[in-house]
Amino acid sequence: MTIRWTRVAIYGVLSLFALLYLMPIYVLAVTGLKSFQEVRLEQMWDLPSGLRFDSFRDAYRALDTNLMNSFKMVIPATIISCMLGSINGYVLTKWRFRGSNLLFFLLLYGMFIPYQSVLIPLVKTLQQLHVYGSLWGLVVTHVIYGIPITTLIFRNYYTNIPTELVEAAKMDGASIFGIYTRVIFPLSLPGFVVVAIWQFTSIWNDFLFAVTVTSNPGIQPATVALNNMAGSFIVEWNVQMAGALIAALPTLIVYIVLGRFFVRGLMAGALRG
Amino acid sequence: MNINGRRLLNLVTSEQAVAVALIVPSVIAVGVFVYGFIGWSAVVSVSRWDNVRPDYAYVGLDNFRDLFNNFRFQIDIRNTVVFTTFFVAACLGIGFVLAALLDRRVRGEGLFRSIFLLPMAVSFIVTGVVWRWLLAPRAGVNILPEKVGLPAGAYGWYTDPNVLYVHADSRLGDALHTIGLGFLADPNYGIPLAMISVVIAATWQASGFVMVMYLAGLRAIPDELRDAARVDGASEMQILRHVSLPLLRPVTLSAMIILGHQSLKIFDLVMSMSRRGPGFATDVPALFMFETTFQGNHFSHGAAISILMLLAVSLLVIPYLFWSLRREARL
Repeated sequence: MTIRWTRVAIYGVLSLFALLYLMPIYVLAVTGLKSFQEVRLEQMWDLPSGLRFDSFRDAYRALDTNLMNSFKMVIPATIISCMLGSINGYVLTKWRFRGSNLLFFLLLYGMFIPYQSVLIPLVKTLQQLHVYGSLWGLVVTHVIYGIPITTLIFRNYYTNIPTELVEAAKMDGASIFGIYTRVIFPLSLPGFVVVAIWQFTSIWNDFLFAVTVTSNPGIQPATVALNNMAGSFIVEWNVQMAGALIAALPTLIVYIVLGRFFVRGLMAGALRG
Repeated sequence: MNINGRRLLNLVTSEQAVAVALIVPSVIAVGVFVYGFIGWSAVVSVSRWDNVRPDYAYVGLDNFRDLFNNFRFQIDIRNTVVFTTFFVAACLGIGFVLAALLDRRVRGEGLFRSIFLLPMAVSFIVTGVVWRWLLAPRAGVNILPEKVGLPAGAYGWYTDPNVLYVHADSRLGDALHTIGLGFLADPNYGIPLAMISVVIAATWQASGFVMVMYLAGLRAIPDELRDAARVDGASEMQILRHVSLPLLRPVTLSAMIILGHQSLKIFDLVMSMSRRGPGFATDVPALFMFETTFQGNHFSHGAAISILMLLAVSLLVIPYLFWSLRREARL
């Protein structure tokens, strides 16, 4: 009988936490679906009387250019990041050289630094390169500061591909590129998925680089536009909530569809605890 | 060595050169954009550059001295300590409890896990916008009791200007004074209540991550160890405390470092949720740096803040990197 009660307690506590964790999502969704007459703050927790998409329409109108900007930035940056990470991981596991571990350590450190400590030089350099204030400037930024994490994930992934496979291919006279295209790359799909999801999510969600590298509202990614929207007193709070949900949707969909790989990226980010 | 062997060796070494060449672009990029730029920022932090026009005249540590004498920066240090302490403690506690519960062969484990991790997929900006309304004084959590007929809460949340601290004329203040710690009885060593709201939002977002780490750690503990303890008559709680928890120490350490270094850098969440807060109650170094540099054009002081942030993070992360790479090498 005591065992039964323990089970009840376990499920009770877990369910309580689940409700707490879902509470913000619930408020986001119901607020977005309410009509403008219903959005008084006192009614925050009430279900909408009907499904109205007015808030979403308004929020989308305010954010559509910025959402497009986010996609234009995140897609090329993710693709380039994946390619660089894969090559780096391949070299650092299958073509180790003297000092490659030190090099890896130096790369890794770049993953943890507060980016504030590179912002001033970054802005000055991007201005010199005439990409400051453009999406390409952001793409370059995200690709470069993404090198440590993408290299780390691919390196950990390739460590698990038996070196004998590579040695055998070397014996057969395959070149470094041959081994990559015929042995490594075909086995890399899960690695690519993990890295792509990781980069997609973190670049989409980035705010610091976006707000410092772009100043023109027409160029800014969705996170910056959403923050501006939330800081303004003109925009109704239900539109802000709808905007938040729209801005979160791409990464939420990725998480719901490919959650397994998302978690693997997360764990890689934690090194090997 | 025969001819064939030498040819193979040549082939291998030239291929090795190609391999090195392949990572050279990444190495240069990180070398310049991470290490070069840090050096550049360091140079700015000891310069006189205080307006739009760059001025690299050397002023020694003046900018750092200015910062430590600056009221806002002193408050920022207090806020960072408070935020880090509460955020790390809350995430570790909740993450561990959730993991321990999920480890008890729970039906629907996948669903629970997905729910607890969901906040990790959204940006700090989204989190900030949502929690700004959930913790608004006249809405959200405060009016929730009204739904069941209770009086509404009157918490100010992130608008609360109060700082919890030991008053000098209180008994505890006296006690601190007699042991020579009288200076601690000061709002500068207190807990700004508004910061707790930011901690709540941040914990909502990050505790799922700690849960995943602990769960992976628990699953890695061999069943025999726990079975042996069960045979010896240990209760599940005792097993958790005396068998699992000690074995999970590396996980705890990793989680602490990762959460700790994140909280030293926290920016987006504060930006979208509360900004400086009342009397700088939710101000943080990253926000100070951003405003000083990109709104005030005081580049040298902004750079100095960023260098101090880098030092704080490095103190935490560099030993950890050594430790985890050594551990990995041993495995």
